[in-house]
Amino acid sequence: MNTIATLLKGETGIISEESLDVIPLKLLEMGCLPGVEVELLQVAPLKDPLYICVNGSHLAIRKEMAAQIKIIKS
Amino acid sequence: MENPKPVKVALIGNPNTGKTSLFNQLTGLTQKVGNYPGVTVDKKQGSCKLSATKTAIITDLPGTYSINPTSVDESIVLKSLLNTGDKDFPDIIVVVADVENLKRNLFLFSQVKDLEIPIILAINMADQIDRKGISLDVETLQKELQTDIVLISARKNIGIDAVKKAIENCAEASITQPLCSINHKIDEDYFEKLKEVSSNHTLYELWLMITQNNFPATISEEEKKRLLEFTQDVSKVKRYQHKETIHRYKQINDILKRTYIVDHSKAKDLRSKLDRVFTHKIFGYVIFFGILLLIFQSIFDWSTAPMDFIDATFANFSEFIKINMAPGVLTDLITDGIIPGIGGVVIFIPQIAILFLFVSILEETGYMSRVVFLMDKIMRRYGMSGKSVIPLISGTACAIPAVMATRTISGWKERLITILVTPFTTCSARLPVYAILISLVIPEKKLLGFFSLQGFTLLSLYALGFATAMISAFLLHKTLKVKSTSFFVAEMPNYKLPSLKNVVFDVLEKTKAFVLGAGKIILAISVVLWFLASNGPQSYKDVEQNITENVAYKNLSSEEVQQKIAAAKLENSYIGIMGKSIEPAIKPLGYDWKIGIALISSFAAREVFVGTLATIYSVESDDENTSTIKERMRAEINPYTGEKMFNLPVGMSLLIFYAFAMQCMGTLAIVKRETKSWKWPMIQLFGMGALAYLASFITFIIFS
Repeated sequence: MNTIATLLKGETGIISEESLDVIPLKLLEMGCLPGVEVELLQVAPLKDPLYICVNGSHLAIRKEMAAQIKIIKS
Repeated sequence: MENPKPVKVALIGNPNTGKTSLFNQLTGLTQKVGNYPGVTVDKKQGSCKLSATKTAIITDLPGTYSINPTSVDESIVLKSLLNTGDKDFPDIIVVVADVENLKRNLFLFSQVKDLEIPIILAINMADQIDRKGISLDVETLQKELQTDIVLISARKNIGIDAVKKAIENCAEASITQPLCSINHKIDEDYFEKLKEVSSNHTLYELWLMITQNNFPATISEEEKKRLLEFTQDVSKVKRYQHKETIHRYKQINDILKRTYIVDHSKAKDLRSKLDRVFTHKIFGYVIFFGILLLIFQSIFDWSTAPMDFIDATFANFSEFIKINMAPGVLTDLITDGIIPGIGGVVIFIPQIAILFLFVSILEETGYMSRVVFLMDKIMRRYGMSGKSVIPLISGTACAIPAVMATRTISGWKERLITILVTPFTTCSARLPVYAILISLVIPEKKLLGFFSLQGFTLLSLYALGFATAMISAFLLHKTLKVKSTSFFVAEMPNYKLPSLKNVVFDVLEKTKAFVLGAGKIILAISVVLWFLASNGPQSYKDVEQNITENVAYKNLSSEEVQQKIAAAKLENSYIGIMGKSIEPAIKPLGYDWKIGIALISSFAAREVFVGTLATIYSVESDDENTSTIKERMRAEINPYTGEKMFNLPVGMSLLIFYAFAMQCMGTLAIVKRETKSWKWPMIQLFGMGALAYLASFITFIIFS
């Protein structure tokens, strides 16, 4: 199963529809929606948090959150 | 000509969109910072001349991604927009959006639009459109969004007049309708029923009231009861909120597809290049610690001259008043209470302003977000968040703004721990205490030939403060049982050159807030202290008579008698009695009742320690030459041992006491406000106090 946390640096994926319930409202509001492409831009030196680009927003989220958001790798 | 009432305008927008730049351009020097009732969030307002006859009162609401709040600051936005009956309720809203991330900015716009308040969309950074490869069909977008759109470049002062014009026109037109009809797409029945509850409010307003549990005064008890019924099914409400968000984005996507095209090949890659350096696993930390060092170095280097100047000015002013006013209680109050009290606040302005200057620049450039990203994992091991770094750095100037800066931390437990440990970082109020004690008890020797022992001691105290903060954070992390859903998201904004205007306004505003906020408390306590030191029970009033009539003093000169009187007066004043009564408790630490007085008065603010000792020793000094406070302290004899009072054991013990003890009413007050209970400030007061007592006791024994 692929999640944002399993992406390698520079890889992209599409957030799956089933993730809707696990994504907190705030993250949805910032553009992190099902069906949207997400790219892993950077990983912090201690492997956490992750720096992603989704729907034009550049966001840092923690690995535990990223591991819950399922994606389909492109 | 009749002067119409000013139009009330609210600015709203995502963080980092240039909303504050626009505010600064519109209002300039007319801006004022007030407080929203009940919370310590700054309310920034200013006036703006729209035309010869019309003016606007502009309010800068805190930056937010959504009307649904996740922090105290953001909840202000919701409250301001729901409270239709409030006198500050806006006539017009200007939504500021960044052209580069129009989609997310329009999400907030769509929410605000549904409140059916007259609205203008200001798209910022319009000068970047070509450079970023963006093409924008403004006319179609205006039609689709049913709103006036103004293209601006707030930093370059482009389009500001167009915004003014739009505000003026909008005030006259004021036809509004919702953008997204949330009801049909989600659950028509549910929303129809909701709409029936009140005809005075729009559907979206009612929806916000139930999702945010925020009922304005315009809602009657009966209506509120009916609204609360809708919140019974919590998971349903939550599900509908998610659906609403997706629905909004869908609609925005449809609109943008027709009006907004980005040619990604043109977008510059500066961000990723800089990110690679600033978040590098080695260089990232090296740069961060380099910047920290630069900040500390500057705080000390640049502030010495202005601080000395302020110190001297207030001393001279006090002297001037003393000479020119008739002696009496009022003169004493002014020269010994009020002036030193104000001076005690003003003296910190240079250090605090320099710190705010750096923090402001780092935030403006977008670098601070990279620090958050870099430090989050490390800080989490100590129960804090990457966002805790900013308060901990700010704490080295003053804990009060630092505690307020914790608001960006969304996890309650992480925020609480940050608030609790921040006072351990060495704030600038400790510095004068450290400076004088170190110069008294640490010899002026060089370590290894070049490293000053005194400087090393000061550095160690900073390290001690920081280490204690981290250790106690770790202990709190392991022991605190606080329910908290910690969820972390930080936006990584694009890198920008800082705008001078924004930085200057920011520093001015924060410094002013500190002076007015902390200043009031310090000034009040200074006056109370003065009163306690210059008044006392009957024994105080009898002092003069007793000494002049005492046979043993018959041979002394009148000057010596005066000194005896002054010393005895202090001993019998209220504060002298307080000092004496705590003497048994502080004797194991090596202190006498005079230091006890200084400890008590330090609860106003730590730096009062030096001033208090200066007062105590000056009233009883018997040599004209020992003019400086340092010399007076050096000359002080311990009444029990007959040796020097400020020797190494006492000095070290005091240094440790000041490093750990929570001696700051201002911080306690702000912690109470931010945590909404007396429990946490009391835990700080007694926890840190106990640690200070124990550590000083051990230090005293080790060095004796």
